[in-house]
Amino acid sequence: MTSQTKQTEMLSGAAMVIRALADEGVEYLYGYPGGAVLHIYDALFQQTKVKHVLVRHEQAATHMADAYARATGKAGAVLVTSGPGATNAVTGIATAYMDSIPMVVLTGQVMSHLIGDDAFQETDMLGISRPICKHNMSVRRPEDIPAIIKKAFYIAQSGRPGPVVIDIPKDMTIPSQTFPYLYPSEVKLRSYQPKLKGHSGQIKKAITALLAAKKPILYAGGGVIMGGASAELTELAQLLNLPVTNTLMGLGCYPASDKQFIGMLGMHGSYEANQTMHHADLILAVGARFDDRVTNNTKKFCPDATIIHIDIDPASISKTINAHIPIVGLVQPVLSEMLELLQQKKKKPDSAALKKWWQQIDEWRAVHGGRYDNAAPQLKPQYVIEQVSKITKGNAFVCSDVGQHQMFAAQYYGFNKPNRWINSGGLGTMGFGLPAAMGVKLNFPDADVVCVTGEGSIQMNIQELSTCKQYGLAVKIINLNNGYLGMVKQWQDMNYESRYASSYMDSLPDFVKLAEAYGHVGIRVTEPEQLIPALERAFALKDQLVFLDIHIDPKEHVYPMQIPGGAMNEMFLSKTERT
Amino acid sequence: MRHIISVLLENESGALARLVGLFAQRGYNIDSLTVAATEDATLSRLTLVTHGNDQVIEQITKQLHKLIEVVKLTDLNDSPHLERELMLIKVKASGAQRDEVKRCADIFRGQIIDVTASTYTVQLVGTSDKLDAFIQALAGTPILEVVRSGVSGIARGEKTLAL
Repeated sequence: MTSQTKQTEMLSGAAMVIRALADEGVEYLYGYPGGAVLHIYDALFQQTKVKHVLVRHEQAATHMADAYARATGKAGAVLVTSGPGATNAVTGIATAYMDSIPMVVLTGQVMSHLIGDDAFQETDMLGISRPICKHNMSVRRPEDIPAIIKKAFYIAQSGRPGPVVIDIPKDMTIPSQTFPYLYPSEVKLRSYQPKLKGHSGQIKKAITALLAAKKPILYAGGGVIMGGASAELTELAQLLNLPVTNTLMGLGCYPASDKQFIGMLGMHGSYEANQTMHHADLILAVGARFDDRVTNNTKKFCPDATIIHIDIDPASISKTINAHIPIVGLVQPVLSEMLELLQQKKKKPDSAALKKWWQQIDEWRAVHGGRYDNAAPQLKPQYVIEQVSKITKGNAFVCSDVGQHQMFAAQYYGFNKPNRWINSGGLGTMGFGLPAAMGVKLNFPDADVVCVTGEGSIQMNIQELSTCKQYGLAVKIINLNNGYLGMVKQWQDMNYESRYASSYMDSLPDFVKLAEAYGHVGIRVTEPEQLIPALERAFALKDQLVFLDIHIDPKEHVYPMQIPGGAMNEMFLSKTERT
Repeated sequence: MRHIISVLLENESGALARLVGLFAQRGYNIDSLTVAATEDATLSRLTLVTHGNDQVIEQITKQLHKLIEVVKLTDLNDSPHLERELMLIKVKASGAQRDEVKRCADIFRGQIIDVTASTYTVQLVGTSDKLDAFIQALAGTPILEVVRSGVSGIARGEKTLAL
């Protein structure tokens, strides 16, 4: 062997796909085999660096990779076949896209010469995925594979993160055709250069405004978590004595147990967070996008506030709410620069004004404060979440499905660390919770990983209990079972005179037997006094998946709830009270 | 308000579909679109005419910028610019109308590029307004077919949209 051949190894397209993933540092590849990707699966079988996780439905593979990214900040990787394999992955790609989660999805495709012929298992995945991914590419020449994969990871993880799809025709991976393999160390694209640092002049302006504010609030979203800026954000908030609210996606970026934390804002935000926002004279928005579940009616949104908006995506700035001081850049360096400037200036915020502001906020806190009626004979979902938080010491990864249980988990768990609250915020994907919990548990085997779900959501990907058995994924499933699609029922109660059109899930399975059938432990909780012993037993079983089927009060609604069409601070506080 | 946006786009398959898809997906209008490769074969130049209020136009330019294949873009309305559109128009031309169409084409500096016993095909270049005016000036002459290229635009003076 000459030194020349040693330097440039000859690999097939299939082997290059797997080697490139290994060189990118991918440990787990989530997927499902099929005709168009068989060469790649064969290459996968012949090495040990990249480990494959076989799901039972492709949607679960995407959610596993997505949750890995949410927990670690690094892009997850997915491999599925063409046609139905690819279309089954669509929901997961859209879920990641809406929440700006980095992910690389490799989809098989029919042979190049068959594309456009309506071949078996052919579908135009580039066309289908175009509006729901950050970028997509197709492989035209096998020798391009390393560069394309490098580019995909770069695009997925830089700027505003997002999923990238690579469509690979089967003839690009033929084992007998080999090409020189070299994994590029970096990518440069003339058409894509995300901004990193914020504009210094704008940052100075922001500091001046912050120091002058009498009624400020810090509104922080998922960008702080994906941008790894929780420490800087916390320091800034404490330095300026700012009240902090989080979006659904931002929970955990500021410690919930801290006195400056005033809860989540928006549709099901806390009374105090929504009031504080509405009356603020300055809003510092960091990595958040003023979406409709936050602002309520944009015409009535925070009438007195000057808005500073820090975001990596210029298109998020002044999209729904006009920003007075926009700062485009990665949140971490921008916040660092703000901290430096504050330290240099040695100027303090207006402490007299802030004292008054905090008094007002404390009054708002006393009005609702997350109260719920725990007197009923049936278990309350809020109480269940509080107990789960207690037994996991607020340190678990909580992976949620979508619905009332998601809101209860967001309101009552109390997240003190970033990357621990994993939920589908933007797309609102039922069926996300269990695969997400699996993705986290696989990568954090020693951590407590909880899936908070309901009897509706869990059945959307319940087949993954089988995957959990295969890989020993000991997640704890908290099934808040009220026998209804709870959030749908709540809206029907409030807006449709309790006509429960298709929100009653008749003929539910026996979840305990179902868990047992898959080889797991199932525990049913029907009485309040059974809850704590059941939780203790479940979390003591370190190596077992435990399915806790917890029967809760079906009449419970999520409150506070913003009144549609109103300002931020117009809310229902219970079934009988409103602002 | 009507805006003319010029875009330099990577000349790659799927790039144009992505750009057009963005408009459909986000509910923006496309009044006209012209696209072709430039002297650099790796780049396409696009001229897009759209309309909307300032906020919509700002979102359009920002969202276009986000597309990985968009290399550069400019809103031509921001500075003095030139715009041209090509129209091919086939009209009934018989009897007295034959002279009338010819005269009208001359006034508008159009050229008759195809002739039959009963039709003329006129080629006309100018701003969209001028093309509209020509169509109006032909009032009374039966129009058989109109083909318009959509607007191509370029900034006046030394300002360029190039790498």
